[in-house]
Amino acid sequence: MPTVDLASSPLRELNGALHKLTPNTNETHWTVTNPRGQHNIAVGLDFPVEIDIDGHVGYYCAGMNKQARVTVRGNAGQGVAENMMSGRVHVTGDASQAAGASGNGGLLVIDGNASARCGISMKGIDIVVKGSVGHLSAFMAQAGKLVVLGDAGEALGDSIYEAQLFVRGTVTSLGADCVEKPLRDEHKVELKKLLDDAGVEGVSPDEFRRYGSARKLYHFHIDNVGSY
Amino acid sequence: MSAQDRWIHTPPRKSATFDDAAIAEIRRAAATGIYDIRGAGAKRKLPHFDDLLFLGASISRYPLEGYREKCATDVVIGARFAKKPIHLKIPITIAGMSFGALSGPAKEALGRGASAVGTSTTTGDGGMTPEERGHSDLLVYQVLPSRYGMNPDDLRKADAIEVVVGQGAKPGGGGMLLGQKITERVAGMRRLPVGIDQRSACRHPDWTGPDDLEIKIQELREITDWQIPIYVKVGASRPYYDIALAVKSGADAIVLDGMQGGTAATQDVFIENVGLPTMCAIPPAVKALQDLGMHRKVQLIVSGGIRNGADVAKCLALGADAVAIGTAALIALGDNDTALEAEYQKLGTTAGAYDDWHEGRDPAGITTQDPLLAARLNPVIAGRKLANYLSVMTLEAQTIARACGKSHVHNLEPEDLVALTMETAAMARVPLAGTNWIPGSNI
Repeated sequence: MPTVDLASSPLRELNGALHKLTPNTNETHWTVTNPRGQHNIAVGLDFPVEIDIDGHVGYYCAGMNKQARVTVRGNAGQGVAENMMSGRVHVTGDASQAAGASGNGGLLVIDGNASARCGISMKGIDIVVKGSVGHLSAFMAQAGKLVVLGDAGEALGDSIYEAQLFVRGTVTSLGADCVEKPLRDEHKVELKKLLDDAGVEGVSPDEFRRYGSARKLYHFHIDNVGSY
Repeated sequence: MSAQDRWIHTPPRKSATFDDAAIAEIRRAAATGIYDIRGAGAKRKLPHFDDLLFLGASISRYPLEGYREKCATDVVIGARFAKKPIHLKIPITIAGMSFGALSGPAKEALGRGASAVGTSTTTGDGGMTPEERGHSDLLVYQVLPSRYGMNPDDLRKADAIEVVVGQGAKPGGGGMLLGQKITERVAGMRRLPVGIDQRSACRHPDWTGPDDLEIKIQELREITDWQIPIYVKVGASRPYYDIALAVKSGADAIVLDGMQGGTAATQDVFIENVGLPTMCAIPPAVKALQDLGMHRKVQLIVSGGIRNGADVAKCLALGADAVAIGTAALIALGDNDTALEAEYQKLGTTAGAYDDWHEGRDPAGITTQDPLLAARLNPVIAGRKLANYLSVMTLEAQTIARACGKSHVHNLEPEDLVALTMETAAMARVPLAGTNWIPGSNI
C-alpha cells in the first residue's frame, strides 16, 4: 500500500504515478499524508483504486474522477470532484463552493456542510450532503440527484433542468423555474438507496421534500422575462 | 400636383437616425415581443484592417524574390509549459464552432480542410465528436462554462486545450442553442432534454477570477500530465488587462476574439454593441505581452473578421503569432453561396445576408442538424475548398511579407504599416500614411 507524503514529495509525482497505474496493478490502495490544502490532488484518475487523503485539500481534489474511490479526511476546497464521471468521493469535513460542479456520474458524499453552488451544472452525478448547502446550489442542474440532510440556502435549483433535489430541512428560497414536487414511492426507493450508499443511518426518505423543474423556462417567451 | 402644391411640403427625407433598418427592427420587436437573435458577427461598419496599408520595400528596404526566396509561415504554439507544443504549418487556424451549431459533415469538412494544410481545428460548446477527432490532425478541445460534453477521455485525446472565457461576438455573454437544433444526438452529448432552448452559462461553474483560473489551468495540466498546450480565449474587451491576467494564470497561448467574430446565435443588440473591433484590440494585447516579457513566448492568436491574406499579414505585423477564422471558413465550405439564392429567398433573405444560423434551416447544410439538409454538404469537397482557401490566404500573406523583405511572416512588424485614417492610426498605433504622426504618441 503506497504512502505518499506531500510534505516531501511533489504533487506532480503523485498524480503522475496515479495516472500510470494499469488495470492489473496491485497498488490498489494509496494513502496521501500532509496534503496541507494543496490544490489538484488526485485529479484525472481512471482506475478503481482507493485513495485516502489524510488532511485538508485545496481546489479541485479528485477532479474529473473516473472509477476511483477517494476519501478526504478533512475539509475540501473549491470544486471538489468537479466533472466527476464515476467512482466515489467522500469528504469527512466541510466542502467549499461548487462541490461536484458539472459532474456526470459517480457519488459525492460530504459529511459536513457544502458552501454555495453545490452541484452547479450537475449532469448526472449524485451528491449527498449530510449538513447544509449554500446559495444557488444545483444552479442549472441538468441531471442527477442532490440530497441535503440539512438546509438549503437561497435560490435552490435556479434555472434547473432535469436534476432531482431532495432536502430534509428548510429551503430559504427556490430559484427560477424550481418548484416542489410530490415525493412518490419511486423517489423514496431511489432516495433510500442513495442514503444507504452514503452511509446515512436512521434517516427515512419520508423526511425529505422533493424539488425539480417546472419546465416553464424551457422555451424562451417574452412573458417570462421577469423570471430571468 | 400643381407646381405651387409641390412646395407646401419639403421633399420626403428619411432620418439618418431612424433609418430603414432601425424602423424595421422597431416594427419587428413590436410584432414579435422578442429581441432579434441571429448568427454571425457585427455587421455594422467598424474600424478594420482595410484602413491599414503595407509600405513594401524600395531603396531603404530590400524585398525578397517572389516564388523563389523562402518566406516561412510555420508557428509553434504552447512551448511555454507544454511538453508537446503544437506545430502549425500556416499561421491560420480554425476557430471553435460546436457540433450542434454546425452539422456533422461541416465539422468533418473543417477537419479535412485544416489537416490538408497543416493547421488545427477547434471543438465548441458541446464536446468532441469522433468525426471531428478522426478528421482533424490537430484538434483543440474547448473547456467552456457550460461544460457540455466535457470529459477527461476527450481531454486526453486533444492536441491542446482552450479555456474559453469569452468570445468577441458577446464578451460577457453565454451561449444559446435554440430548440430546433437540440436533436437527440446533440441533447445526449449535452445531457439535456431534446428540443428545449439551451442556454449556456456565461461564467465557469467552478472558478471566478485570475487566481482561480491559475489553479484551474494547473488542474488541466495535471490531468493531462503537462503534455499539451493550454490556451485561454477571451473576447476583446479590456485586452491589456485580460491578456496580462491570462499570462499570469499560466496560459501557453491566448486567443483574442474581436467583435466581428461570429457566433451561432446571440442577441443582435449584443453582437453590435459590446466589445472591441479586432484591429484595435491587438496593440494593447501585444503591449501587455511585451510589458511582461512574454511576446512570442506566450502566443497570441487573434480572430474576428479575418478574410484574406492581407488581414492575416496585418494581424501578424501588429504582433499576433497566428489568426483564427470561423465565419470565413464557413463561407469557404459553401455558406451563403449565391448558387442557393432561390432557397435563401424562400427564407426571406439573400445570399450574403443569411444569418439565422440558429434556426437550423441552412440550405448549405452547414449550420443545421436537419439530416436532409446536412447531407447536402459533401465533406470531402467542402474540405478541399477550405484547404484551397487557407492556401490562398497563406500565399497572399507570404506575398506581402516578401514585398516587405521578410523571410518569415512573423518578421512583419508595425514599422511596415501605415494607416489611412487618424482613427486607425490612433488605434493601431502606426503612423498616418505619408506622415510620421501616431496620434496620442509622444514621438
